[in-house]
Amino acid sequence: MRRTSGPLASAALLGVLVASLFPLYWSVVVASHDNAALSRRVPPLLPGAELPANAREVFGAVDFWAALGNSAAVAGIATASNVLLSTMAGFAFARLRFRGRDKLFAVVVTSAMVPAQLGVVPLFELVGDFGWYGELTAVVVPGLVSAFSVFWMRQACRESVPAELVDAARVDGCSVARTYWHVALPALRPHAVVLGMLTFLASWNDFFWPLVVLDPHRTPTVQIALSTLAGGYYTDHPLVLTGAVLGTLPVVLLFALTAKRIVAGLGRGAVGR
Amino acid sequence: MLFARWDHRITPYLFIAPFFVLFLVFGLYPLLRTAWMSLHRWDLLDGPVAFTGAENYTALLADPHFYNALVNTLSIFVVATVPQLLAALGIAALLDRPSRGSTALRAVVLLPNVVPVVAVALVFTQLLGRDQGLVNWALSWFGARPVDWQAHAWSAHLGVAIMVIWRWTGYNALLYLAAMQTVPRQLREAAELDGASRARVFWTVTLPWIRPTVLFTAVVSTIGGLQLFAEPRLFGGTSTGGNDRQFQTLVMYLYENGFDRFDAGYAAAVSWVLFALCAILAFGNAALLRRLVRRG
Repeated sequence: MRRTSGPLASAALLGVLVASLFPLYWSVVVASHDNAALSRRVPPLLPGAELPANAREVFGAVDFWAALGNSAAVAGIATASNVLLSTMAGFAFARLRFRGRDKLFAVVVTSAMVPAQLGVVPLFELVGDFGWYGELTAVVVPGLVSAFSVFWMRQACRESVPAELVDAARVDGCSVARTYWHVALPALRPHAVVLGMLTFLASWNDFFWPLVVLDPHRTPTVQIALSTLAGGYYTDHPLVLTGAVLGTLPVVLLFALTAKRIVAGLGRGAVGR
Repeated sequence: MLFARWDHRITPYLFIAPFFVLFLVFGLYPLLRTAWMSLHRWDLLDGPVAFTGAENYTALLADPHFYNALVNTLSIFVVATVPQLLAALGIAALLDRPSRGSTALRAVVLLPNVVPVVAVALVFTQLLGRDQGLVNWALSWFGARPVDWQAHAWSAHLGVAIMVIWRWTGYNALLYLAAMQTVPRQLREAAELDGASRARVFWTVTLPWIRPTVLFTAVVSTIGGLQLFAEPRLFGGTSTGGNDRQFQTLVMYLYENGFDRFDAGYAAAVSWVLFALCAILAFGNAALLRRLVRRG
């Protein structure tokens, strides 16, 4: 009956889409002009031709290639390791029986709610004791597996790895490791793509801890390089936003490739009915 | 046989061990050590100077900069969260129709959440620029004088809140949408047969049904809001948040003490107060959630 959509609703939806996209469009507009064009009385509203020149300037001002490489390495390792370790732990929590399981899982859930930034001062000391200050290791190792990943993968296991199959494998004398590899992991593959993507994004976009612990000149990530670009006394907006566009492009492309699964799997981390 | 028994006993622990090792070393230990540190005068580089007991905490409770940061954090949190969650509900309701549920549409709604927070902060800082910003240019059509967004508390809070709203509204909308799509068809149809308007169905059927998700997003927004750092830091370029600290948040104050002034003991005390605030607000919300779910 009332399933037809009114013009008002369509207009509102259009507004939402424009609001979602406009800041990205505007980044490209600013990134493709020079400062002179931006300081005219009427700012340019369409993209210009200066993007290549601005990009060259970005790569000259900071070591952006190194930043891209560092970010890719950090986020790539975090992704692979979170997927591996959280499928293992999630499988154990969802489908294996062992003493203390529920209490240990309660620890996972609780720790997921503790804001990580609060231990940052001792963490800084600890990383220094390990000799990791200014090294990518300092960002990589604490991020190898998160409570969120474990929590999320346990849910995925409960949905997608049949308990009967795991029990049958056990009766047949299959080892736990083989059951994980041949029964759980294949069933978890679609979920692994979603979790991997979420991990990659979170790692690529991380700012606070890299800012504290990395050396902006020697081991910048993309976010640190961007904050260096923006950090001078005078902010060169076309330069800064060219960096922002270059640093955003990889994640947006990755998102475009996996959006379908991400959108479908988003509800999992929240409240399941 | 012996191996199988050993295997089924031990291997589960081996599977969860990596998480717990990392959690103990990089999660729990720093948190507890923060408490220990907060009881000392402690230099970030030289280590403990003297045990001072509760001195850092008494100093903190008499520190106007701390209260300033607390008020700023709460102010930005409210300005960012209330419109954000309301807008998310509205967007979810708009999308909750078969004809509008396309993946592409939802992907666009989620897109802002994918963009790095640094990039978000930088583009909005440009948009809100005093001299070249598009927002001031648009305001000038209405005869408004250019706003120096960073210079006043109200405008700076609004600016930072807009960044948070842009990045998180779509994410929350999709969480609500996922919950809305689990509303049983019969429930909705029964209400419609009774002659309820669509708005009424939304208020009396859909909203009560998704209440757990709404409260979940409220808890997550609270914890996230109390930890706000990147947006205001990049908006002003320093961890003081403007010349008069008009948009310094608690985590920026933590950063300023710990990493600009190397006063690790004081920064640790800020951490624990922040932790207590998070815990109180999160537990408060969780208790509320449990009560409302039981009732619903």
